[in-house]
Amino acid sequence: MVRLITQNLLSCPSKVCAYPTNFPLSFRNVERLEMVEAEFNPGFVRGFLRKLEWDALRKSAGELGNTDLPEQAPDYTKPDEVSEELLRTIHHVLLEIVVQDGQMVCPQCEHVFQIKDSIPNMLLAEHEIRK
Amino acid sequence: MSGNRPEHIAPPEVFYNATEAHKYSNNSRIQNIQAEMTYRCLELLDLPPSDEDEDIARPSYLLDIGAGSGLSGEILTEEGHEWVGMDVSGGMLEVALEREVEGDLFLADIGQGIPFRAGAFDGAISVSVLQWLCNADSTSHSPAQRLLRFFTDLFGCLSKGSRAVFQFYPESDEQVTFIMNYATKAGFGGGLCVDYPNSSKKKKFYLILFAGQPAVGAKPQVVPQGLGVEGSDRVAYEKKRERTKTRSGKRKNVKDVDWILKKKELYRARGKADVPRDSKYTARSRKARF
Ligand SMILES: [Zn+2]
Repeated sequence: MVRLITQNLLSCPSKVCAYPTNFPLSFRNVERLEMVEAEFNPGFVRGFLRKLEWDALRKSAGELGNTDLPEQAPDYTKPDEVSEELLRTIHHVLLEIVVQDGQMVCPQCEHVFQIKDSIPNMLLAEHEIRK
Repeated sequence: MSGNRPEHIAPPEVFYNATEAHKYSNNSRIQNIQAEMTYRCLELLDLPPSDEDEDIARPSYLLDIGAGSGLSGEILTEEGHEWVGMDVSGGMLEVALEREVEGDLFLADIGQGIPFRAGAFDGAISVSVLQWLCNADSTSHSPAQRLLRFFTDLFGCLSKGSRAVFQFYPESDEQVTFIMNYATKAGFGGGLCVDYPNSSKKKKFYLILFAGQPAVGAKPQVVPQGLGVEGSDRVAYEKKRERTKTRSGKRKNVKDVDWILKKKELYRARGKADVPRDSKYTARSRKARF
């Protein structure tokens, strides 16, 4: 599955690219998207806040048609103060939207990573592999 | 023994073609051993306790290196974790899809690197994969280059103070030294934990790597002693094993290929076309977007 929880941590592996310009991979030509119910675990979502790149998450969610995330990132240094309503919204965005078929494209080198049956092909061509 | 090593025959994406992948995943003896080793990897990962219960590991975000047919991933899900699985064998990943595993799968060659941001994962496990990196390779890159790239990226994408645990089948002491050398170069500490070293049947190798030491004041990372060895650690460890076993009450039976085939027959009987492709999420409630 490609869910936003993972896409928000993924960057382009090509040797010509480097963080942060190779992040986030953009969704393109998404042909099949599914909603999968996942058990809500507020503790897990709270603990995950510090790992998120908020602006990237909003952008990527938008590419998948979800605009529920507020502009202001939650304060991950005070996870206990984040409302349950917002945690549920984040939970849904991170874990319940699944890209089945489509593409992820590197914003730097424009390598197209095909997603087929929910599995992205991250294999690199010889000239893209770091020495 | 070494003549039968699959990693000497062909690279994994070639060796585990669709037929081999099903054969491998369908073998109940292999499945049981894989499940047992996955639980042991999780135990050796030593994840911090959850807020609610100190005997239960905190639900974490884990990397399954060489996730294969998804058997280990099913156990990670069952234990409450989210996970990402990487594998270079499309045949194996196809089996994982048929099993309806709940992790995020990637077709990727770990020898090319691991494309995740710094500190992404709370830990990594790997069952029966590491020896592949030391051998047959479809690219012109040497095992040394591949190992160094792999460990360097792994070190980067693990959160500080976390662990990676690899069950593997080393060929020789030299191979262990070779692997450890590159892990150390990449910044890892750690070492080898051998369970039941005196039993030819039960003997298992686990490489435990520390992605840095935890914060000052926390207990330092130490490689635990293997099971079935005389020593002071053993009693404490066995006790912990008892406890972790009760986490989900009883261990569920992992879905085997027979189960999948039965399910597929059922779907066919109901007249569903294109069964393997579309049956993935039928176990869960869902709604299609497009
Ligand atoms: Zn790129």
